[in-house]
Amino acid sequence: MWRSAFTILALAVCIVQAANAQALGDPDKGEKLFAQCKGCHQVGQGAKDRVGPHLNFLFGRRAGAHEGYRYSKDLARAGANGLEWHADTLDIYIENPKNLVSGTRMSFRGMKDPEDRADLLAYLRKFSDNPANIPEADPTATGTDHDVDPEILAIVGDPEYGEYLSSECTTCHQADGGDSGIPSITLWPEEDFVIAMYAYKTKRRNHPVMQMIAGRLSDEEIAALAAYFGALEP
Amino acid sequence: MKLNRRAFLGSATAAAASTAPMVRAAGHGKPRVVVVGGGAGGATAARYIAKDSKGEIDVTLIEPTRHYYTCFFSNLYLGGFRTLESIGHSYGTLAIEYGINVVHDWATGVDRDAKTVALAGGGRVPYDKLILSPGIDFVDGAVPGWDQSKQHIMPHAYKAGSQTELLRAQVMAMPEGGTFVMVAPPNPFRCPPGPYERISMVAHVLKETNPTAKIIVADPKAKFSKQTLFENGWTKYYSGMIERIGPDFGGGNVSVNTDEMTVDIDGEIVKADVCNVIPAQKAGRIAELAGVTDGNWAPINPSDMSSKADPDIYVLGDAALQGDMPKSGFAANSQAKVCANAVRGALTDSRVFPAKFANTCWSLITTNDGIKVGAAYEPTEEKIASVDSFVSQVGEDEATREATYQESLGWYDGITSDMFG
Ligand SMILES: Cc1cc2nc3c(=O)[nH]c(=O)nc-3n(C[C@H](O)[C@H](O)[C@H](O)COP(=O)(O)OP(=O)(O)OC[C@H]3O[C@@H](n4cnc5c(N)ncnc54)[C@H](O)[C@@H]3O)c2cc1C
Ligand code: HEC
Ligand code: HEC
Repeated sequence: MWRSAFTILALAVCIVQAANAQALGDPDKGEKLFAQCKGCHQVGQGAKDRVGPHLNFLFGRRAGAHEGYRYSKDLARAGANGLEWHADTLDIYIENPKNLVSGTRMSFRGMKDPEDRADLLAYLRKFSDNPANIPEADPTATGTDHDVDPEILAIVGDPEYGEYLSSECTTCHQADGGDSGIPSITLWPEEDFVIAMYAYKTKRRNHPVMQMIAGRLSDEEIAALAAYFGALEP
Repeated sequence: MKLNRRAFLGSATAAAASTAPMVRAAGHGKPRVVVVGGGAGGATAARYIAKDSKGEIDVTLIEPTRHYYTCFFSNLYLGGFRTLESIGHSYGTLAIEYGINVVHDWATGVDRDAKTVALAGGGRVPYDKLILSPGIDFVDGAVPGWDQSKQHIMPHAYKAGSQTELLRAQVMAMPEGGTFVMVAPPNPFRCPPGPYERISMVAHVLKETNPTAKIIVADPKAKFSKQTLFENGWTKYYSGMIERIGPDFGGGNVSVNTDEMTVDIDGEIVKADVCNVIPAQKAGRIAELAGVTDGNWAPINPSDMSSKADPDIYVLGDAALQGDMPKSGFAANSQAKVCANAVRGALTDSRVFPAKFANTCWSLITTNDGIKVGAAYEPTEEKIASVDSFVSQVGEDEATREATYQESLGWYDGITSDMFG
């Protein structure tokens, strides 16, 4: 009995572990695919504007906003209206430029294969800010995301897993229940805890730190945390 | 409340100190973990392993200083928002309540075959698993005219304590209308927003005590973290006081003369009343001595922070070459918990959970105007990759900025009790 419970737990852990972040794509393959852009764009050290603008520091940049390059009116307007280059917007643009910006001057027929686009973007990502130096730079990988389950409140949390996960929280929320500047989260009824976490996860509660933290937790993980903190005596 | 706790910790250290040199010999049954460096990464790892293994693992922490002054909030000390005592911490609780064998000495070498760490005071400490979290050292010759022997004239204040105290004293003693020069470091370096928070704090002090003083930053980097947020703040609060010279104007071509107290910025000689030199950085030297570095930093495996050169050595914090995480105290603390879980799992039969990393860096621009930047990270095959991020917005209202500052105070209490118990 005890053994089989253990096997199930071990299995669960393996599954979570397999769900690690995914790199955007393979930058080495992307470098070869860049041949399709090379006729018009340069990237890397010393890159200059050619037919198209150079593509250094692309991620996080407003569209049509690289100084000194003359864009089409449409792309400049799209940028002024808030279009920014991130993995998702670039993916749409490269698939078919005119689908995103109808009057763009980039005459490129598009890259249909999603994997090719991911590889190409992984390559281009290397020439933008690195989060290690500029933490607010764009993400370099896609994380494991989780769906909201309607029966989440029924999940029985695993307090041992909760204890491990809680170490992420105690950097800010003091384990002894102190609440200077950041609220205390110990000894809450489990249900209230889960509800609060979902309010951040679904962005109904507005706080960027907690939205990010809750957004990355699965239902099981939230339940585990609720079980652990709910019983945490200072 | 604070004072009492401090007094207690003070006496506890004295007790710990007298027992510390008794490094236990090999030959007993318990697995042994040795941690080098009692900072954000090392203290956290030692505490979590000792706490969670409940006595099953023997933990030794090697750290030369008896008081660790956090670099985080040391800029707030420069700005007059904190006392130096309030950012000092001792190892008494780790020794007494967690049973960690705290050895106040330098590690001078690692014998990876014999699995021992040599101490400056003589003797060797055996390990089954070794965790290195030695922080940074400076790259020799990075700023011509400056080396560590000049740090009492031109302080770096990039390791907190007496250096920070010296820099503050120099700022307070600046003549009316004097010049403060910062030589900013190239990437990658500890705490990407650190130099710019420092500029804000120095400007804050000078605006009150010496409003005609000038601040010049010579910077080899085209861009820096939270740049727009900082620059907007500087225009709003410290208009006309701060001049930053980027690489386009020779900010990367700098040498100093400590006899003359001058800084040569691309051929232009600037007379400085205070000169804060923050040189290029590399992993703390013990990482290199252990043979786990490749270039300036020590590459690790993203799922557990183990060294790519040796599966029984782990490298945390600033010294590690890990991918996208910035070199911050928050990041070192986050990595330490992943490592602690993995080390425990390897030495006992405790459960190992998947790695998850996070970081948030707060900075203060002026009284109650706090900003932050943060991200979540996960291991991929080749690196720790960023998967989500957020940053304070330009033009946020005052209440939001004040709440952000309040959060940073809460975080400080949280992380320091997470490190030191
Ligand atoms: C001005 C400034 C502001 C900062 N602000 C923030 C902030 O707001 N938030 C944030 O998260 N981070 C901040 N940081 C960064 C943060 O301080 C570091 O990233 C963090 O301390 C790194 O932790 P670590 O364990 O790698 O190294 P450290 O904390 O530096 O610890 C290393 C320890 O190892 C010891 N050591 C070194 N060599 C040896 C040896 N051979 N033997 C034994 N012991 C040794 C040292 O004495 C030291 O105590 C700031 C840094 C600076 C300089
Ligand atoms: C035939 C020339 C041509 C080719 C091939 C081409 N582009 Fe372009 N690209 C342009 C031009 C011209 C523009 C400016 C568009 C405008 O102003 O509307 C542009 C704009 C862009 C932009 C927007 C830049 C900004 O600053 O807003 C991106 C991103 C881009 N191209 C990526 C690519 C990629 C990736 C490829 C290869 C898959 C590629 N392009 C192939 C000509 C080209
Ligand atoms: C970087 C600092 C930080 C970390 C790490 C963090 N939190 Fe929070 N948390 C906050 C702040 C700040 C608030 C207040 C947010 C608000 O005003 O809505 C908060 C609020 C909360 C609340 C609601 C409290 C209330 O009184 O309504 C819960 C529940 C919570 N956090 C749980 C967690 C859990 C669980 C974790 C770890 C998985 C965690 N937090 C990690 C900073 C943090």
